[in-house]
Amino acid sequence: MSELRFSKDHEWVRFDGDVVTVGISDHAQTALGDVVFVELPEVGREVTAGEACAVVESVKAASDIYAPIAGRIVEVNAALTDNPGLVNAEPTGSGWFFRIEPKDPAEPGTLMDETAYAAFLETL
Amino acid sequence: MVPFAGYAMPVQYPAGIMAEHAQCRDKAALFDVSHMGQGTLRGEGAAAALEALTPGDVQILKPGRQKYALLTAEDGGILDDFMVANRGDHFFLVVNAACKDQDFDHIAAHLPGGVTLERWDDRALLALQGPAAEAVMTRLGAAEAAALPFMGIVETKVAGIPVLASRSGYTGEDGFEISVAADKADALAKALLADRDVAPAGLGARDSLRLEAGLCLYGNDIDRTTSPVEAGLVWTIGKRRRSEWTFLGSARIRSELEAGPKRLRVGIRPEGRAPARAHTPIVATDGTALGEVTSGGFGPTLAAPVAMGYVAVSHAADATPVELMVRGKPLPARIAPMPFVPHRYKR
Repeated sequence: MSELRFSKDHEWVRFDGDVVTVGISDHAQTALGDVVFVELPEVGREVTAGEACAVVESVKAASDIYAPIAGRIVEVNAALTDNPGLVNAEPTGSGWFFRIEPKDPAEPGTLMDETAYAAFLETL
Repeated sequence: MVPFAGYAMPVQYPAGIMAEHAQCRDKAALFDVSHMGQGTLRGEGAAAALEALTPGDVQILKPGRQKYALLTAEDGGILDDFMVANRGDHFFLVVNAACKDQDFDHIAAHLPGGVTLERWDDRALLALQGPAAEAVMTRLGAAEAAALPFMGIVETKVAGIPVLASRSGYTGEDGFEISVAADKADALAKALLADRDVAPAGLGARDSLRLEAGLCLYGNDIDRTTSPVEAGLVWTIGKRRRSEWTFLGSARIRSELEAGPKRLRVGIRPEGRAPARAHTPIVATDGTALGEVTSGGFGPTLAAPVAMGYVAVSHAADATPVELMVRGKPLPARIAPMPFVPHRYKR
């Protein structure tokens, strides 16, 4: 599964080898506006699905970022510390937030695929 | 679009807050601030009547001049901040949207016979702000407005539309606040936006601009509980008024001026990149509670977070280290002078 999957909280996930990369969707970055600060979780932290584990601050407001799946944080995107604008510029690329080693490798597959996420956005 | 004081207001236009903020600092931005309350006060003794409700010196104001002033309550708290202009045979007032009903009722209730307050509910207000604002006004045929000094006010025409224009604003930049009949506001906005140097800006940029300029937002930085002395707005109290003490709330203000206030509004510069928003607790480096942030965010011109808030006077001196409790963690910060970005008014 190398394609993107999406949570209802507008995070995306993608398998990169055995770990899952997590970021926020293009819809989410557009709604937040210019991102000026990102607070990332500590590497090694165990998270449950839906747990607030990062914070993104735009010029407008602060918003929580939730772990879309359960697992352990194994890496964070240090580039966001100096250049938080990557979240706006490349939300599904260099603007990723952190990587999780999933507790259940099947869990990411239960999230929405791109078509389902697009349909979900229509309902908002 | 968001609800604001009963109006639907844009937080940002498609350009986004950062671009709109830069547009105002570099060229000119147009804000629709029609939600603000406008009115006139006329009649024999109008200035003296207003002076019963504000510490500002209204009688010293010459025709064609405007000033910033405060409406104070009986207990010395701030009911609102407002603009008052001497228009020769009357005074022109601009008050905050959220306060306008209570302000106008409050003023009307304190007027002597012969002085009348008239609300201008059929007027819109546009703010053209930025270093290019003067050139824009000149290009649109408003030479009289372009010639105004800071806080001057004149009745003129912009693109042929009759307006009341003052050289003032809420961004720290040079610019104009333009009162216009509501049914002409659309045409005026279109004429201004058609200029190559003008782009629209929303509430988000208005907030980041005024925060960098160190200007108070009523309801955040000043309110019924804060006094003009605590808020660092002693400069709005006229010298003559400080010898007469004839305005509402003068007892608290006088005692705070003489004994010193317990707390002060100060500027705060967080050391990292994380913004500290309103209601963030401010503590001393030993953990003692000092107060809280009243406005805070990211300053796009400074490319750094900025905030203002109230602290105990013991910690109000510039460069005093403090800590801001953001999401439970202490964030190092320093008390800093305001404005954070120098004002560029037309003197």
